[in-house]
Amino acid sequence: MAAYLIRRLWQMIPTLLGVVLLVFFLFKWFGGDPAEVLGGLNASQDQIEAIREQLGLNKPVWEQLLIFLQQIVTFDWGKSWATNESVANLFATRMPATLTVMLPILVLEVILAIPFALAVAYMRGSLTDRAVMILTTVAVSISLLVYVIVAQYFFAFRLGWFPVQGWSDSLWTNLTTYAPLPVLVAVAVALSPYTRLYRTFFLDEIGHEYVRTARAKGLTEKVILLKHVLRNAMIPIMTNISVALPGVFVGSFLLEVFFSIPGLGREILLAVNRNDYPVIQAFAIYIAALTMVVNLITDLLYKLVDPRVVLK
Amino acid sequence: MSAVLSNQPAAVTPQRSRGVWYASWRRLKADKLGMFAMVVVALSLLLVVAAGLGLVAGDWQKETGVPNAPPNFVGPAPAESAGAIVQPKGPNVDLSDIDPLAPKYAEWTEKAKQYKTDEAPRAETLPFGGDRLGRDVLAKAIKGAEISIMVGVLAALVATLIGTVLGALSGFYGGKVGDFLEWVYNVFTAMPNILLIFAFAVVFGRGVLPVVMILGLAGWTGIYRLVRAEFMKHSVREYVRSAEAIGASKSSRMFKHILPNVSHVALVQLSLHVVGFIKSEVILSYLGLGVSVDQVSWGTMLAEAQSELILGYWWQLAAVTGFMAVFVTAFALFTDALRDALDPKLRGLE
Repeated sequence: MAAYLIRRLWQMIPTLLGVVLLVFFLFKWFGGDPAEVLGGLNASQDQIEAIREQLGLNKPVWEQLLIFLQQIVTFDWGKSWATNESVANLFATRMPATLTVMLPILVLEVILAIPFALAVAYMRGSLTDRAVMILTTVAVSISLLVYVIVAQYFFAFRLGWFPVQGWSDSLWTNLTTYAPLPVLVAVAVALSPYTRLYRTFFLDEIGHEYVRTARAKGLTEKVILLKHVLRNAMIPIMTNISVALPGVFVGSFLLEVFFSIPGLGREILLAVNRNDYPVIQAFAIYIAALTMVVNLITDLLYKLVDPRVVLK
Repeated sequence: MSAVLSNQPAAVTPQRSRGVWYASWRRLKADKLGMFAMVVVALSLLLVVAAGLGLVAGDWQKETGVPNAPPNFVGPAPAESAGAIVQPKGPNVDLSDIDPLAPKYAEWTEKAKQYKTDEAPRAETLPFGGDRLGRDVLAKAIKGAEISIMVGVLAALVATLIGTVLGALSGFYGGKVGDFLEWVYNVFTAMPNILLIFAFAVVFGRGVLPVVMILGLAGWTGIYRLVRAEFMKHSVREYVRSAEAIGASKSSRMFKHILPNVSHVALVQLSLHVVGFIKSEVILSYLGLGVSVDQVSWGTMLAEAQSELILGYWWQLAAVTGFMAVFVTAFALFTDALRDALDPKLRGLE
C-alpha cells in the first residue's frame, strides 16, 4: 500500500511538470506581451521597458522558467495584475462560495440520478423507457444557458420565489436563500445526462452471468437490481463522480455569472477577460494537481468498495 | 451499364462480398428514427451551406421592422401612450442673437438638401419577430445556425484529426513514441476541460478560427484514447503482419491497412464531438470569448435574449431554442444510429 502510494505520487511529477511547461510556453509564445497588457494603451516605451525589467521578461527563457518553477514549489503564486490581490488570497476567499453551490449540486445529482436510472433500467425496452430516453435526448440538446435564463426569469423575476441574484456573508443565508435556485437549475439540467449514463452502467451489469444466476434461483427483479446490480455498478459510478469532482472546485462559471456568486469560476472568467496571466496560470496548475490527487483517492476507494481490485 | 453486366454469364463473375460500409448502410437504413434524424441533419446542413453562400438570410443585418417587432401571429405592439411628456406650448425661446452657430443654419440646411435620405418603411410585425434593431429574428437565427454549426463541425474535424493521427502514432509505434504521447495526453487531461478552453481562449483571442482551434485543441483527448486502443489491437493482427511480410512500409500499414478498419471509431467520435462543440461554442460566445462582435451565433443571440426576456420580448430566445433543439437532437439521434450501424456490438447499451 505504501509502496503503491509512493509510486503514484512519483508518477505525478512528470505530468505536473508537463502542465507547468504547457502553461508556461502557451502564454510565453502565443499570449500577448505581458508588459504591453500591463502598461495599457497609453504606456510609453520607457514604461514598457520598466515593466519588462520588473517582471524579469528581459532574462533568458530558461531563467524565467526557473523562476516560474520556483514560484510554484514555494506556493508563491504572485499577485493578480488587475487587482494586485495575492492569488493565494483569491483562492481562499472565492473557494467557499463555489463549494456552497457546487457540493449540494453534486450530491443531489448522484442521489437523484441513481434511483431514476434504476427505475428506467427496470422498465427497459418498455414504452416508458423509450419515451424517457427521447425526452432526455431533447432536453440535453438545448443549451444550459436557455435553462438558466428561463428559470431565472420565471422563478425569480416573475414568481419571486427566489432572489434573482445575490450573495451574503453568512453560510446559512447563502444556503437557504441564494443557493437554492442555481442548485435546482443545475441539478434539473444534469439529471437527464446522468440518468442516461447510469442506466448504461446498470444495463451493462444486467448482462452479466451473476444476474442470470440470481434470476435462476428465484430472486425478484427488485432484489436483483437493488442488491446485486447496484453494488456492482457503483464502480463505474464512482469513476464518473471522481471525473466530475475536480470540476466542483472550478465551479460552474455560468451559474456564478448569472447569479453573481463570488466564486472561483467567475474569478477565472474575469481573469480571462482581463488577460490576468498569473491568476490563470496558478489556477491551471493548482487544479491539475488537485485533479491528480482526486484520481489517486478514487483509485484507493476502489479497493475499499471492491476487494477484487488489486493496487499495483 | 446494367445491360452490359446482365449480358455476362453470372457464373463467371465472382460474387464480390459486400463491404463493411454497405452492411452498415443497410443497418442504418433499417433504423427509422436514425434515417429521419439523418434527413433533418442533411436539410439543416443544406440550410447552413445556403446561408454561407448568401442564398438564405443574406440580408439578416437589414433592419426591416420596428425595434423589437413582435411576430406576425402576436400582432403589432400596442402604441405607447404619448401622454408622459407634455409638449411645450408656444414658440421656443429665440436664441439666434446669442447662438454662435445661428448664421450657419441656413447654409447647412442647403447642404443637407443635396443628400437624399431614404426612409425605408418599417414593418410593424415580422414573421418571427425582430430584435432590438428591428432585424428579422428568423434570418438571424439561420445565420447564427451557420456560424454555430460551422464552428462545431470544423472543431470536431480538427479534434478528430489530431486525435486520430496522435492515436495512430502512439498505438502503432508504442515504446518511446507511445510513452511521450501518453505523457502529452496526461498533461492535457490533468485539468478540467473548461479550464483548458479558457487558457487557450486567453492566448488565441476571439473569432471563428480561434474558437475552432480552441475547441479542437482542448477536445482531442477522448478520440486519441480510443484510436490508440484500436491501433494497438490491430497492429498485431494477421492482416497487418501479412502486409509487413510483403514489404508494406510503416506509414502504409498505419494509414492504408489499419486506418480504414478503425475509421468507424473516428467517424462516430467526430459525430459525437460536433454536438458537444456546438454547445461549447454557444457558451463561449455568450461569455464573449467566442465569435467576434460583428458576427452572430446562437450564443450571442442568447446573450441578447436574456435582457429582452425581462422586457417581454421572448421571440429571439424561442427561435434559438427551437433551432438548437431540432438540430442538436437530430444530430444526437443520428449519431446514436450511426454508432449502432457501424458498431453492432454496442447496440442497445444506451
